[in-house]
Amino acid sequence: MYRYDEFDHAFVAQRVNQFREQTARRLSGALSEDEFKPHRLMNGLYLQLHAYMLRVAIPYGTLSSRQMRKLAHIARAYDRGYGHFTTRQNIQYNWPALKDVPDILMELAKVEMHAIQTSGNCIRNVTADPFAGVAADEIEDPRIYAEIIRQWSSLHPEFSFLPRKFKIAVTGAAEDRAAIAFHDIGLQLVRADDGAVGFAVLVGGGQGRTPMIAKTIRPFLPKAHLLSYLEAILRVYNLLGRRDNLFKARIKILVHEVGTEAFTAMVEEEWAHLAGGPVELPEGELERIVAYFRPPAYERLPADSPALDVQVRADPAFAAWVRANLVAHKQPGYAIVNLSLKAEGEPPGDATAEQMDAVANLADRYSLGEIRVTHEQNLVLPNVKAGELYALWQSLVPLGLATANIGHVTDIIACPGLDYCSLANARSIPIAQAITRRFNDLARIHDLAELRIKISGCINACGHHHVGHIGILGVDKKGEEFYQITLGGDATQTAAIGSIIGPAFSSDQVVDAVEILVNTYVGVRAPGERFLDTYRRLGAAPFKESLYAAH
Amino acid sequence: MADQVLTANRLSDGKVVFFDPDGGWSERIARARVVAKADGKALIAEAASSTGEVVDPYLIDVDSVAEAEPAGPVPSPVPRRYRERIRAFGPSIHPQFAK
Repeated sequence: MYRYDEFDHAFVAQRVNQFREQTARRLSGALSEDEFKPHRLMNGLYLQLHAYMLRVAIPYGTLSSRQMRKLAHIARAYDRGYGHFTTRQNIQYNWPALKDVPDILMELAKVEMHAIQTSGNCIRNVTADPFAGVAADEIEDPRIYAEIIRQWSSLHPEFSFLPRKFKIAVTGAAEDRAAIAFHDIGLQLVRADDGAVGFAVLVGGGQGRTPMIAKTIRPFLPKAHLLSYLEAILRVYNLLGRRDNLFKARIKILVHEVGTEAFTAMVEEEWAHLAGGPVELPEGELERIVAYFRPPAYERLPADSPALDVQVRADPAFAAWVRANLVAHKQPGYAIVNLSLKAEGEPPGDATAEQMDAVANLADRYSLGEIRVTHEQNLVLPNVKAGELYALWQSLVPLGLATANIGHVTDIIACPGLDYCSLANARSIPIAQAITRRFNDLARIHDLAELRIKISGCINACGHHHVGHIGILGVDKKGEEFYQITLGGDATQTAAIGSIIGPAFSSDQVVDAVEILVNTYVGVRAPGERFLDTYRRLGAAPFKESLYAAH
Repeated sequence: MADQVLTANRLSDGKVVFFDPDGGWSERIARARVVAKADGKALIAEAASSTGEVVDPYLIDVDSVAEAEPAGPVPSPVPRRYRERIRAFGPSIHPQFAK
C-alpha cells in the first residue's frame, strides 16, 4: 500500500489545523455560513437533512486493517455507531457534530486519511477496480496510476475551481469493474501489439440528469504521458466547460456539444504543448510509486485445494457463498472474497462499528491486512488462502457479512435518498430493503443469475439507476413518492443506459413491479441468459406487456 | 389554511431544530411555535436575534395538532411535505433515531 511521505503528512496536518481554526471562527460567529461553507465543503463536510455529513476519501477503495479500525472508532466515538460505504468507494458519516469534525480529521490524519476533495468543483477521489493488484485478468495494478493521479490532482492550483466536479476511474483489466464509461475520464490499461502497456482514454461519461457513455478519444496513450495528457484534457475543459448553467457544466456536455472529433483535436493540440514538459512524471517517480504496490509475500500454494472441495460438498450454504462471492485471484491457491453489505433488510452499504472492527481483524488474520471497498457498496478481502475460506466464512456468518448474493438481485446499489439527503425527492433505502425481503430465498436469488438493481432518490443518480439492469428512480409526484423504472442499463465494458419502461409506480407498487419484471424474465429467458441478455434479445415489449397489461 | 413553523439546522451539531415559544430552538417539533401562515414572516423577524445558533432557517407548512393525525407519542404539528416529516421525525429506516 501507499504510505504517506513527509510532504503528504505535512499538507494533511496543515489542512486539519486550518479547518480547526475555520470551525472555531464559524462557531464564534466570526464567519457567516456563506463564508464558511466553501471551507467545510473543501473538507468533505456537507449539511444534510438531519445533520452534517462527513465524506472521507478512501483512495481507489484500498484500506489497511489499521485504517478500518480507525473508521470504526470514529463511527463509535463521534457518530451513531455506523458508516455508509458509497459508490465512489468512500465512507460517509451521517451524524457528526461540526464542533467534533476537526478532531475527526486529526484522527484520520493519524492513519493517513482525509476528506480533502470529496466535495466541490475539483478532481474528486480517484476510483479503481476494487480487485486491483489481485485480479487474475489484470494487465497491471491500476492503483499505481490512481495514486499518481491523486498526488498530481491534490490541491492542483489550476484545477481547484473547475466548472463542475470531476471524477476519474482507472482499471487494469478488460472486464470493467470500475464503471469507467460513466466517469468524466475513464482510463483502461491496455497492451499494444508490440507488448507496450498504455492507456485507452475515455472522456465525457456520466450519469445524472443527462446520462452519457464516455467516448474513447485515444485508444493508446503511452504510460509516460499520463499526466500531460490528463492536464491537456482538464485545460480544455477548464477553459470551455460551461459555468453559466449548473446542469450543463460537466465535461460530458462539452464533449457532446462540440463532438468527439473536435474535442479530441483540441486536447491533442493542447497536449502538443505539454508532452515531454515539466508536468510529466520525473525520472524514478513511477518506480517509487510502483514499489508501494508490490505484491505481498504470497505463499507458494497449489492451485487446487482438496480440503476446500470437501467443505464445499459437505456444506451447501458455504457452497452457495463460494459460488456467488468469490473471484479468481492471480496467485494460485488464493481467492478474492466479497463481503456483502446487502444482508436482508439492511441499508445497502451500511456497516456498524462492530462489523468494521471485525472485518479489520479478519483482514489481519486471513487477508494480509488488506481490505477493499467496491463501488457496488460492498467490502472485499483480497488475499484469502483457499484452505482458510471455510474458517473465514464461519466467522462472517454471525457478523451478517456472509450473504451469498454478490451481483444478484439483492446486491442493490442505493443512494441515501430522502432518509438522509437534502437533494432527494424520494426515499431509496426502504425500496432496497423491501426488495431484499421479497427476494429472500437463496435458491431463487441464484436461479435469477446476475441481476443488477440500482436505486436513486433523485435525478442526480448517485444510486446509478441509469446503469441498473433494472433501474429505479424516485420522483416526487404531487407530494407523493413515485418510482420510475428503467431497463437495460449496464455499467461494464458493454456499457448501456437504461430506457424508461413506462409510467411510474407508487411506493406500494414498485416492489411488485420488480417482481413482475423478474418473473417475466424467468418465463422467456433462453438457457444461460441473464436478465440483461434477455432484455437485449427481446426488447422492452414482453416486460411492458406484463407490467402494464393489467392497468 | 396551513399553519407554519420555523425550522433550521443547529450550527454546532447540525440537528434539526424548531423555533419555540421561549425564543429558543427545540429539537422537537412538538415544542415548535405554530403561527398562522399570514404571520410567518413576522416569526422570521422575531427569530432574527437568535439565528446565529442555526443555519438557513425557513418556514414550513404544518397541520396543527388538532387537525393532524397523531404522529408520535406526543401531540405534535405535522409537516405537510413528506420531506419535512422525515426531517422532523427522523430517518424512516432507523426507528431507533425517531424523534
